[in-house]
Amino acid sequence: MLDFSFLTEAASLGGGSSNLHLLFLGWQNTLVAFLASILIALSLGIPLGVIRSLPNARVASVVATYVHVFRNIPLLVQLFLWFFVLPEVVPVELGDWLKIGLPNPEYWNLVVALGIYMSARIVELTRSGIGSLSSGQFEASRALGLSTYKAYRHVILPQALRVIMPPLTTEFTNCLKATSVGLTVGYIELTQRSREIAEQTFRTFEVFSMATLGYLVTVMLLTFVLFGIEQYFRIPGLKYQG
Amino acid sequence: MIYDSTELNLLTKALPFLANGLAFSLALTASSALFGIIFGTLVAFMRLSNSRVMQTFAYFYVSIFRSIPLLLVIFWFYFLMPVLVQSVTGSRFPVPIGPVYAAFITFAVFEAAFFSEIIRAGIQSVATGQSEAAKALQLSPIQRYRYIIMPQAISRMLPVLLTQTIVLFQDTSMVYVLSLPDFLGVAARIGQREGQIPFFFLVVAAVYFVICFSLTKVVAKLNEHSRRSLRA
Repeated sequence: MLDFSFLTEAASLGGGSSNLHLLFLGWQNTLVAFLASILIALSLGIPLGVIRSLPNARVASVVATYVHVFRNIPLLVQLFLWFFVLPEVVPVELGDWLKIGLPNPEYWNLVVALGIYMSARIVELTRSGIGSLSSGQFEASRALGLSTYKAYRHVILPQALRVIMPPLTTEFTNCLKATSVGLTVGYIELTQRSREIAEQTFRTFEVFSMATLGYLVTVMLLTFVLFGIEQYFRIPGLKYQG
Repeated sequence: MIYDSTELNLLTKALPFLANGLAFSLALTASSALFGIIFGTLVAFMRLSNSRVMQTFAYFYVSIFRSIPLLLVIFWFYFLMPVLVQSVTGSRFPVPIGPVYAAFITFAVFEAAFFSEIIRAGIQSVATGQSEAAKALQLSPIQRYRYIIMPQAISRMLPVLLTQTIVLFQDTSMVYVLSLPDFLGVAARIGQREGQIPFFFLVVAAVYFVICFSLTKVVAKLNEHSRRSLRA
């Protein structure tokens, strides 16, 4: 029978905190890793997406290579590359620092790996958003005497970013879910926390249900907030066309 | 870190095991794509059906699987399958089914949610006028789907289905958490035994990259081709 009373009981390895509190801490770790990763993804992905859309073919192809590399290797493998391989291929001092000097190595490796993995997707999204605008937009801005920078800053990006909001929301939820790979390098987020509690209490069904609910609610809230942002900045008539 | 003949010898020795691992990953991908598309089609038709109950079921099926991480789904199924089999067969104890079956079932069920959305979008992308014209021509619902809607829908969803299959192939590496003998799992184990973890992870990354990159190029070609044939 279902029994959720274990949630309020003190966890056997929790130093006095209840199982529910431990789950909450796991959820918090999920959220923190998500926010940091998506921040990296956006701050790399949007500028690179702009560069990818510029007429300079050589620079655009460098960015294309970046996208290909980070999109065609599984996230888990990428995480292992950052965690296990990078310290071995950099100079010895830096490698040693990565291995023993860096505080919270699981967190930083997860956030960097996930941030860069997601950034490759944001690049493609930004580029397709810019590509969906009519080329007349850019030409008209140039004809009005705007520099390329100003054309992007005041004409292209304000429209492109609005246009990509719906698919961007999907990428946000993908990023949130993907934080769970952190458990393979020892980052204790919601999924790992629920497994640990399940092992301690044998209430696997109940704990996994709580974790599932945690993800469902977070995804719903995230979608809701992003939808609100989208609606707030909406310009009537401007829509996404793949 | 420069690799010399020692690593190359190691790689030659490990090659048969790595090939088996890759074969496992590919088999898991193929099976999940096949069953995922079959279940996904069912779910898509439920979503498009007139029955309120089926619509709701399909809606929740898709939303739930799309909102929780694959790793949690893997753990869920690994834990639930024995209990489910127990309740179906009426056995007195949970029936251990092993991580391999659990993985195959998990991926088929999980991927169905993603495939169903692609299939639904493909069907809905066919203009309603087509369906109405077919109705006016007295075609039965089956004939309508068979001759009018599906041929157009399939040519539109094929590139997306293939792209999703590439994503699926990458996702199968997640069975690493069940210590299955997939490509990544085998490489990690050999790397650990030989004390060459970084080298074997680099090999895995390179192989995944080559496979996925070439498949992406194939899909792009196909996309171009289907776009041209739709225009013609």
